[in-house]
Amino acid sequence: MEQVGVRMPVAQSVHAARLAHKRARRLKESAIEAVLFLCALSAVATTVAIVVILLYESLGFFEVVSLREFLTGTVWTPLFTNPQYGVLPLVAGTVTTAGVALVVAVPLGLVTAIYLSEFAPHGVRETVKPFLELLEGVPTVVYGYFALLFVTPLLQKLMPELPGFNMLSPGIVIGIMIIPYVSSVSEDAMRAVPMSLREGSYAMGATRFQTAIKVVLPAALSGVVAAFILGISRAVGETMVVAVAAGQQPNFTFNPTESAATITAYIVQVALGDLPHGSIAYQSIFAAGLVLVLMTLAFNVIGHLLRRSFRERY
Amino acid sequence: MVSTTSVRPVSAAVPAPRAETEPDPAPKAAARGLSFYYGEVQALKNIDLVVHEHRVTALIGPSGCGKSTFLRCFNRMHDLYPGNRYEGEIRLYPDDMNLLDASVDPIEVRMRLAMVFQKPNPFPKSIFENVAYGLRVRGERSRRTLADKVEQALRAAALWDEVKDRLEEPAFNLSGGQQQRLCIARALATDPEMLLFDEPTSALDPIATASIEELITELKSRVTILIVTHNMQQAARVSDYTAYMYLGELIEFGRTDELFIKPKHKQTEDYITGRFG
Repeated sequence: MEQVGVRMPVAQSVHAARLAHKRARRLKESAIEAVLFLCALSAVATTVAIVVILLYESLGFFEVVSLREFLTGTVWTPLFTNPQYGVLPLVAGTVTTAGVALVVAVPLGLVTAIYLSEFAPHGVRETVKPFLELLEGVPTVVYGYFALLFVTPLLQKLMPELPGFNMLSPGIVIGIMIIPYVSSVSEDAMRAVPMSLREGSYAMGATRFQTAIKVVLPAALSGVVAAFILGISRAVGETMVVAVAAGQQPNFTFNPTESAATITAYIVQVALGDLPHGSIAYQSIFAAGLVLVLMTLAFNVIGHLLRRSFRERY
Repeated sequence: MVSTTSVRPVSAAVPAPRAETEPDPAPKAAARGLSFYYGEVQALKNIDLVVHEHRVTALIGPSGCGKSTFLRCFNRMHDLYPGNRYEGEIRLYPDDMNLLDASVDPIEVRMRLAMVFQKPNPFPKSIFENVAYGLRVRGERSRRTLADKVEQALRAAALWDEVKDRLEEPAFNLSGGQQQRLCIARALATDPEMLLFDEPTSALDPIATASIEELITELKSRVTILIVTHNMQQAARVSDYTAYMYLGELIEFGRTDELFIKPKHKQTEDYITGRFG
């Protein structure tokens, strides 16, 4: 016991110095951590703020317009003297343009991804990918004028009846716009499929094409589906192309050869005009925006869930 | 069905010498002057080796000795990656065709020689579709033929009783040992002439290993087997012939009982007695 008592002070002082050092380090660590946390929080806070403002402004709107009228009405004329607030025409316009976009982007994006992941020699892949990324970087207003002044006249040569403003042309252009998006996420999913699966298929006498379609694609399926869903939410949220080329008349139709307004196009149109703060027309864009946010949010959540689940397969 | 025999020590694993007079069966395949290059790196040096019909031939040697590289020449797996080059030939009998000839389509070769890999690699499909894969790739569409062949293959791989009631379940639901037997069934379904095993039990526990080894011994009446193994006891247990390789060269080749009891080369002896490698 006595021996231990003699030793203790020495040990303790060394220990105390170490502790002090440790405390300083821990303080610094937690300061850094706090800063990092705040940075991360800002993104979350922005998202929350947007949703809160949308909800708050929409509440004013829904005090005047019933939820039932909003969700089931088929005429959207908030700026007329006799306003009607059925959001369905805007939703129909959004769904139709996004649908046309998907018809273009899903096959082309998937084929591009399969080619780049399974067939393209290294050199070709390294050349094509930057071009695809470039396509992703083109400002959307450029795409809008491309749709209005190039694609529409081209389509009118095939379909003389087609009006100058229609949903087909912006739909196709949005489709082209989201190809890189769809193809790069799908390609990542396919390249993540382990080589051992491909070798197993080749060893059975399968060709490259059979291996790509029968083994690699099913193995990467949830990632590929996630790519489609992320593409959808991109297409649904796209604004400039439809605002420029689809016409801005709300029109309850799913026919892509007619002109129509989407939710996004309506928001742009109204936000650019002079509207008194607090008026119903002003608040209507928040209600429309809320619908849009909920739609894209739902797609994003589904897409991310699928992306997470595909990591655990094979 | 699963044998519970644990791994035995080397001495007990060496089989009793077979009748010395038994002649070697006809050759199924023969490597002649085979060299292989990964780009500039020579991985195999002038190998001559005969694989006898309906026998198990084991390839042993320390890591990096080229045994897997050699095995993968037989089904032209190296063709999948750019920059690889073969020299010499591998002749396949009875038609005396050179597998490595540029005019031979690697897909045709792989249709005749099936492979089982180190890690079980079932496809993301049902148990049934995994086994039917090779048949489908060959264009077989008849439900009935597929069902018959799948059952036969699963029986041959000693898996039928365990999976017959859940053929539509994903193959991932099987245990590791079952997955490897599924891969063997997949390889057998197309009636290959040779089966190439690339360390088929290195990812499995001792019980699953024992059942695969038992299976290999049973299968040799149907197919000629070439197996790469890290495990000398395994080579001694399952094979009739053993080849010892070192640094891309074939050091010694002979009947397994002879090679393990009285190796001709000092180096082989050092390796099999565990003094080296």
